[in-house]
Amino acid sequence: MVYKVGEGIRWDHQVIFDLIPQGSSVLDLGCGNGELLKRLIEEKDVWGLGVDKNIAKVEGCIENGVPVLHADIDHGLHQFPDNFFDYVILEKTLQAVAKPLDLLDEMLRLGKSGIISFPNFGYKGVIESFVKTQRMPRTKALPYYWYNTPNIHLFTARDFLDLVEEKSIKIEEGMSWIRGEIKPFKEEESSEAEEILFVVSRK
Amino acid sequence: MEKVNRASTSRKKKKYESPDSPTSVGWTRPYTVRLADENNPLLLDCGEKLAPIDVEYEIYGQMNEKKDNVILLLHALSGDAHAAGWDEKAEEMGRTWRIDRPGWWDSMIGPGKALDTNKYCIICSNVLGGCYGTTGPASINPKTGRAYGLDFPIVTVGDWVRLQERLISYLGIERLYAVVGGSLGGQQALEWSLAYPHRVERAIILASSARLSAQGLAFNVVARNSILNDKNFNNGNYYDGEFPAQGLAIARMLGHITYLSETSMREKFGRRYRENGSRPGFHLGVDFEVESYLQYQGQSFVARFDANSYLYITRAMDYYDAADWGDGDLEKACSRAQAKFLLVSFSSDWLYTPEQMKELAFALYRNRKSVTYVDIPSTYGHDAFLLEVDKLTPIISKFLKGGMDHGI
Repeated sequence: MVYKVGEGIRWDHQVIFDLIPQGSSVLDLGCGNGELLKRLIEEKDVWGLGVDKNIAKVEGCIENGVPVLHADIDHGLHQFPDNFFDYVILEKTLQAVAKPLDLLDEMLRLGKSGIISFPNFGYKGVIESFVKTQRMPRTKALPYYWYNTPNIHLFTARDFLDLVEEKSIKIEEGMSWIRGEIKPFKEEESSEAEEILFVVSRK
Repeated sequence: MEKVNRASTSRKKKKYESPDSPTSVGWTRPYTVRLADENNPLLLDCGEKLAPIDVEYEIYGQMNEKKDNVILLLHALSGDAHAAGWDEKAEEMGRTWRIDRPGWWDSMIGPGKALDTNKYCIICSNVLGGCYGTTGPASINPKTGRAYGLDFPIVTVGDWVRLQERLISYLGIERLYAVVGGSLGGQQALEWSLAYPHRVERAIILASSARLSAQGLAFNVVARNSILNDKNFNNGNYYDGEFPAQGLAIARMLGHITYLSETSMREKFGRRYRENGSRPGFHLGVDFEVESYLQYQGQSFVARFDANSYLYITRAMDYYDAADWGDGDLEKACSRAQAKFLLVSFSSDWLYTPEQMKELAFALYRNRKSVTYVDIPSTYGHDAFLLEVDKLTPIISKFLKGGMDHGI
């Protein structure tokens, strides 16, 4: 598959848009203004639902004509049946929740597949920034200071691979964002990847 | 009377928009139409056939040529068709309480407002069994030549909606751009989406649920008992004599307790005394601010509402259960729906709780319907759907535009 990133579209948005088949059902956890879902609904005839706890984001979804559930993804989803969605999306969200393992479990209960993108803390730019400044690293993907970052559970590509093994989760597909290009994920070059996306399912 | 005035001044002065304001719908008038007669009676859920039935309604904004910009607004327990603007016939028709205040959702309806009359045509009618122009227990029973009183049949939310459907068809409207309602009005909006799924494009349901809770039923029982046991009630035949004012006022006071939250009561009244702030008056009359408020609400309600209507409407509220469409299974019932839904609860509403609204949202989600659910943080309790104008306006107007592509 060849991925192209259009003007002003986030790389992971584009990857997700391309890999979700026509007519799927999609749950986007921490959906923001619903831009990704809007495209999926309009162009791919998806039954889509966003979830966000921020009421301003919820309004953004409404403005975009995207159905949205105003709820906390940590404990607002138990009323959905198992396997209700074809895809559950966690876009740069897993590292920002209180209980990432519970959310991962919930994601794989709700969806046949999960799509997770995250800022890679093992990216060499992060490590360089840390070594050089002796301060909490700040990069394009991690622009916050230690005191205002929403990213309370940062992890590296390898951390994730360890977890996947432990929890018998299967990685269907992996993509890396390397110097402005989308490349298939390779563990040996993971320190080059600023951001990573995995498609996962239960083993 | 002096006491009542005092009570009213202790409340926050409400600022109303004048009829010449550019965002007001201005002067309004009620219309009446006969929608059921002997040849075409309305078959009620209770099995009876009712005729004649007149319906009073109001219209704001212009219907477009295709008549596809119509929003049907549904009122709650104590509301009526006069939802916005200033009733030019208030004096003439003896509806004096309307002289110094606009319709019940004036802040939401008008040019540029949430229900924008520059784009949409808004219709609101009085429910069957009510007391403002639509046939109800105070209307003349053609069989006896006297007011129905308790001979009026038990009516349901389903009956109301079937009658509203007659009104909509009479006005030549095929499909409603939206149905909108709060509380009991929200249940009518839901009923519309289930009874006439292909005639409703959008349903906006505020501070409501698929059915009233046991706690809600209990409050209604007490309210009705208060009316039924009033010494003037006379089995509902009080139209020629003394009105059961006490009973109705107490019912309304009880209602108001359920419309506020503990926080809003604390903020509004606290434990303040009416006379000298911190000191009791050492009497059993109205002493606390909150007492004064409830007394005012009770008394002013008596001036505008019929006790029998209160009995009938609360009963309709009790009986409503959207799950009836699915043989008791709400999820199955929701499979009928075709509309896009906007469901809004308010965090401090304990009469129609956020949990109940979520139950409805998930019953719809499980049918893969298009549903947006928002829980608005508010301290106003159930009344929030009337008061949280600033928070509701962007949500409702954006939802009505519907992503621009399909909106008007």
